[in-house]
Amino acid sequence: MRIMLVDDSQTMRNVQKKILAGLGHTDIVEASDGQDALSKVGAANPELILLDWNMPNLDGMGFLKAFRQKNKATPVVMVTTEAEKARVVEAIKAGVNNYLVKPFTPDDLKSKIEVTLARAA
Amino acid sequence: MDTTYIVAFVRSVQDVAGTMLGLDVEVGAPRIHEGSNAGNDVSAIIGLSGDCVGSVALCFSSQTAAGMVGKFVGMEIDPESPDFTDGVGELANMITGGAKSRFSGNRSISISCPSVVIGHGHRVFQQTDMPVIEIPIQSECGEMLIVVSIRAAEEASVRAAG
Repeated sequence: MRIMLVDDSQTMRNVQKKILAGLGHTDIVEASDGQDALSKVGAANPELILLDWNMPNLDGMGFLKAFRQKNKATPVVMVTTEAEKARVVEAIKAGVNNYLVKPFTPDDLKSKIEVTLARAA
Repeated sequence: MDTTYIVAFVRSVQDVAGTMLGLDVEVGAPRIHEGSNAGNDVSAIIGLSGDCVGSVALCFSSQTAAGMVGKFVGMEIDPESPDFTDGVGELANMITGGAKSRFSGNRSISISCPSVVIGHGHRVFQQTDMPVIEIPIQSECGEMLIVVSIRAAEEASVRAAG
């Protein structure tokens, strides 16, 4: 399964990649902000997107709104420090399928991925 | 300064250190920040805007910062590498974002992307028209200071009008 990681922090992408590798997911496409993700997502055709919110150039919400105009099926998990209820509601309205607040444990990420993919199946 | 801000940062740094770094931290007594952080090698700075305004700086020695980022990424990290500044910035992002979610309530507050400054003896100056509080954080990696200068936007407006 191909997973796209969208986060402006290479460190956070590396942390997530390590967790995903432990879960058997090694087909990973990386993007460093929303703009980079928009330019790659069509060709990459991921089956799951893990998306940060606060990023330069184009943030996660900007990416999500543009992406959902063309693709309503691919599940997106927002992985962010934005934990306020209003932010979560805003993200769900824009089309995220699940929400994970940083900091998170490997089990937290694993659980969100499993639940999200099960719902999307 | 509203003590809610300070409590939020204490809870957030404990959460981030415990969850992502596997690190126990000891929080010292918050105090008025009277200096300018001279003596630190690394600072990560994040601005706040919206219903709260101000800034937050994480300040450490290179050794402490490298130790904490190393715990974060699970391997030794070279302070000269781009991964080091990226990791320091992400620590600041998680600590500040976690604190914001704890004190924001119904207010709309945004945080900037982090800026990281490196250089021995550099000085960081916050706004002079609001109190600056520093929270010392001790761990096996050494001491980190969280320097917090935040207030509600309406307080800032009143001061400006006065």
